[in-house]
Amino acid sequence: MFTDVRVYPERTVFASIKGDIDHHTAKSIRTQIDRTINDSDPKLLIMDFSEVTFMDSSGIGLVMGRYKLMTERGGEVIISEPAGYIKKVFQLSGIDKLTKIVSDPTGYIKEDVDTINEEEQTNEAKAY
Amino acid sequence: MKRKPINKMKMIFPTYSENERFSRSAVSSFISQLDPLLDEISDIKTAVSEGVTNAIVHAYPDSIGEVTIEVKIYTDRTVYIKIKDKGCGIEDVKKAMEPLFTSSPDEERAGLGFAVMQSFMDKVTVRSRPAKGTAVTLIKTLREKEQ
Repeated sequence: MFTDVRVYPERTVFASIKGDIDHHTAKSIRTQIDRTINDSDPKLLIMDFSEVTFMDSSGIGLVMGRYKLMTERGGEVIISEPAGYIKKVFQLSGIDKLTKIVSDPTGYIKEDVDTINEEEQTNEAKAY
Repeated sequence: MKRKPINKMKMIFPTYSENERFSRSAVSSFISQLDPLLDEISDIKTAVSEGVTNAIVHAYPDSIGEVTIEVKIYTDRTVYIKIKDKGCGIEDVKKAMEPLFTSSPDEERAGLGFAVMQSFMDKVTVRSRPAKGTAVTLIKTLREKEQ
């Protein structure tokens, strides 16, 4: 279970969350995303849910917290590709009224990856 | 419910947060014998996760306790789930169930656990006594299978 956080040009951060989001996992997901927000000061944070396998209300706290953080910095949050049952949880919280939910994030990302998170590079290095 | 269940199970586990995933998977696995629809499985898993997380976060704030889950299934496709702890209990159940009420805002808890349970299940009952513990009962009747 890890979150793949990538920095793209024009101060865009794309955080691909993988696996289950619950009270147990939310803390480490939050830490990984916030580290990149602090390091690269993005104006747009895209939280990608396409590889999320489960989410309870801990996911609402996770998005609300990042929304608060980004708004304080004058930035924006977009939720990308949540499955139907995840959307249902978001709708219940009303967070879908604060952030855009998109089914295809590509229009928001300029290609050319600036940096890939170090953890992933290390993991790839180990694999060989 | 006085009817006889067609099957039942009971599990007891310590309040380690690692057990959140285990407990919802175990319940989902048990009810799979009713051949539920995918969205019914998601609803039940989410509701169980909320109930178990409440016990882990709130019932035993400074220690590790035990959570008991009982699941019963009935011929009319009703699923009955009871999540019980012997923790600190809830002073004001009505207030605790209000949407957005949270006793731990710093932990980014949204305060929507009960709202999720009520929205995803047919019936949610909470019984609690301070210093004795809390029991949350979740009931959902699954849709009839198409022949």
